[in-house]
Amino acid sequence: MAPGPASDGQVEIGAERTLDLLRFATAGSVDDGKSTLIGRLLYETKQIFQDQLEHVQETSRRRGDSYVDLALLTDGLRAEREQGITIDVAYRYFSTPRRKFIIADTPGHEQYTRNMVTGASTADLAIVLVDARKGVVEQSRRHAFIASLLRVPHVVFAVNKMDLVDYDEAVFERIDEEVSGWANKLDFTDVTFIPMSALHGDNVVERSERMPWYEGPSLLYHLEHVHIGSDRNLIDVRFPVQWVIRPMADEHHDYRGYSGQVGSGVLRPHDEVIVLPSGRHTRIQRIDSEGGRAIEEAFPPMSVTLLLEDDLDVSRGDMICRAHNHPVPTRDLDAMVCWMSDMPLRARGRYGIKHTTRNARAIVDALRYRIDVNTLHRDEEAAELGLNQIGRVHLRTSAPLLVDEYRRNRATGSFILIDEATNDTVGGGMILGVEPADGGGDGGDA
Amino acid sequence: MSTVRYEVSHLRALESEAIFIMREVAAELEHPVLLFSGGKDSMVLLHLAEKAFRPGRFPFPVMHVDTGHNFPEVIEFRDRLIERLGERLIVASVQESIDQGRVVEETGPRASRNRLQTVTLLDAIEEHGFDAAFGGARRDEERARAKERVFSFRDDFGQWDPKAQRPELWTLYNGRIRKGEHVRVFPISNWTELDVWQYITEEGLELPPIYFAHRREVFRRDGMLYAVSPFVELIDPEEPFETSVRYRTVGDMSCTGAVESVADTLEKVVAEIAATRITERGETRADDRATEAAMEDRKREGYF
Ligand SMILES: Nc1nc2c(ncn2[C@@H]2O[C@H](COP(=O)(O)OP(=O)(O)O)[C@@H](O)[C@H]2O)c(=O)[nH]1
Repeated sequence: MAPGPASDGQVEIGAERTLDLLRFATAGSVDDGKSTLIGRLLYETKQIFQDQLEHVQETSRRRGDSYVDLALLTDGLRAEREQGITIDVAYRYFSTPRRKFIIADTPGHEQYTRNMVTGASTADLAIVLVDARKGVVEQSRRHAFIASLLRVPHVVFAVNKMDLVDYDEAVFERIDEEVSGWANKLDFTDVTFIPMSALHGDNVVERSERMPWYEGPSLLYHLEHVHIGSDRNLIDVRFPVQWVIRPMADEHHDYRGYSGQVGSGVLRPHDEVIVLPSGRHTRIQRIDSEGGRAIEEAFPPMSVTLLLEDDLDVSRGDMICRAHNHPVPTRDLDAMVCWMSDMPLRARGRYGIKHTTRNARAIVDALRYRIDVNTLHRDEEAAELGLNQIGRVHLRTSAPLLVDEYRRNRATGSFILIDEATNDTVGGGMILGVEPADGGGDGGDA
Repeated sequence: MSTVRYEVSHLRALESEAIFIMREVAAELEHPVLLFSGGKDSMVLLHLAEKAFRPGRFPFPVMHVDTGHNFPEVIEFRDRLIERLGERLIVASVQESIDQGRVVEETGPRASRNRLQTVTLLDAIEEHGFDAAFGGARRDEERARAKERVFSFRDDFGQWDPKAQRPELWTLYNGRIRKGEHVRVFPISNWTELDVWQYITEEGLELPPIYFAHRREVFRRDGMLYAVSPFVELIDPEEPFETSVRYRTVGDMSCTGAVESVADTLEKVVAEIAATRITERGETRADDRATEAAMEDRKREGYF
């Protein structure tokens, strides 16, 4: 056991439990071996408890399988068990001595594009499965496109079922080349190819002796070592105010704290800041970490409370930024939207919009084009976006929003659209072009 | 700048996420409530609430659904804790639901008040007009939970529809509901059992004494150990005996199994848990073992 809590939420170097957290999403077409792969990762990292394993062994036996079907470990709800397919995002957990992992297990069907978008929205890494026998299929392109659209920083193409192609290097090379060819257009920052057999465990945890020609890491090694620290934006200070702490008690009479999760950038006491949309300037007097302990620095993903030097009127939905690096309030959004409802998006449609901690209403000014997620073809004649379709829209909002380009800032570049009649979340959006914020480079020192 | 400096440990990341979720609910819903079971997960929730809202008061009361079959140690612990926190406690009583004829008590040696809780809980939610209820459920607990959202919607009947869940993108939680509906919110969805124990250790949280090894009179049924109490009848040839046990979860005396253990400190308990190869539910909750899909069925009905 490490002694006492880590100070300032930072990793204690050398201590036993300094795990960090990696979130990844998995995508593959039906039968590419996604469940088998996840089952194997869970099994080999000893996350499977005896009663769960016995249950799976029993089920395999009952079905007359010739081996224990690890895919059964991840099977979920009753309806899915009956249909034998996975239909919703499921979250799984495992850890190794180096890292804790959260898997967003997203099903591969085209009609479930929205699930992959959901899983990818919080992922540091995406694994796209490719069946070695089939090579790159339409779905692989779609999964890669979604990973790039959501700007998942690291992508792994797992070329699975290598056992069925005699662990042949040429097969793997062909797939690598083909994917690399079109993936160039997708603007990935980090792409890795790993040949494997999820069923037999080759290159999943240990490097396989059956593929001596492959010199890269096993999948688990890659997951444990991929560097995610610099994926966050530590430059542009963005602190959406979530909640105001104002105790109505004598001993804390003058306490007025602004709570929230740091969206990006690094904040320190005495920093000069601007509060938007009012545009008032002040300084950070103190930063309280959870529970009221003063700390010297706050950065993503910390939840903290800021105390300001001046008595300003600040409320939920406001944003605290550096004086010379902040978004310009806008009511016009140019965005890519993934549609998640049976009721299509059309021009003139009105929705609720939630962006950071701000709620407003939005009207669709125009649907610019719809993207064919398989071919990337842009259809500029499209009149609507149906369920699981993706397109570029122009929105006008009822109140100014403090937005950044999604590619620069996931926290302030994303939004959801809400059907005001049903209250359902019907779309996820990513902001494309924004006029660059003036100045820049003054917040943080990354 | 060294990169390590701007990294947070996985527990701090999970903590930060949970605090964010709690504040989001406090800000967007009118009448939240925090459901307290006496178990370790709800201890963690209360601790997180302190972190999220101090030095202010909690913007919600705490509610315990008391089956009347609780461990007396847990009730005592609850009352002490609430007093220390200085927050408001609401007790919703299953006994009252029985007395009012809202539910009918099961009979026989295997009777349990587990299912009855659902009615008491939903009645209390309606009576107080709660529109959000924090719960300490985790996705790693049980397969049916793996797909449950952090914000999990319940219709007027308190039912959960796994097919009609709202997509949850980024950290943009949508808490909009209609009158009569409510949302269950699970701030520690992404924590595993081990995370909870490590967090309790790091933060020095106090737990009800039944989590630590103690001598107790028990009997064996279906391969599990149950406490001898006024709430269960023994079936022949069950024989009471005394041994050293601890509990892994807190529920009713009638259906929560104990494990034999001499781990009487947090460190020893965590060491034992880390080495265990059976899930906490599989090991100690009779209510989940009944059928494979038991948990899912109870969730649909509006159970926690
Ligand atoms: N030979 C071979 N079969 C595999 C491999 N991975 C998965 N499979 C089989 O492919 C089928 C589909 O796998 P499953 O994991 O259910 O695919 P999913 O639909 O992507 O989740 C099952 O029969 C698996 O046993 C592999 O690496 N090699």
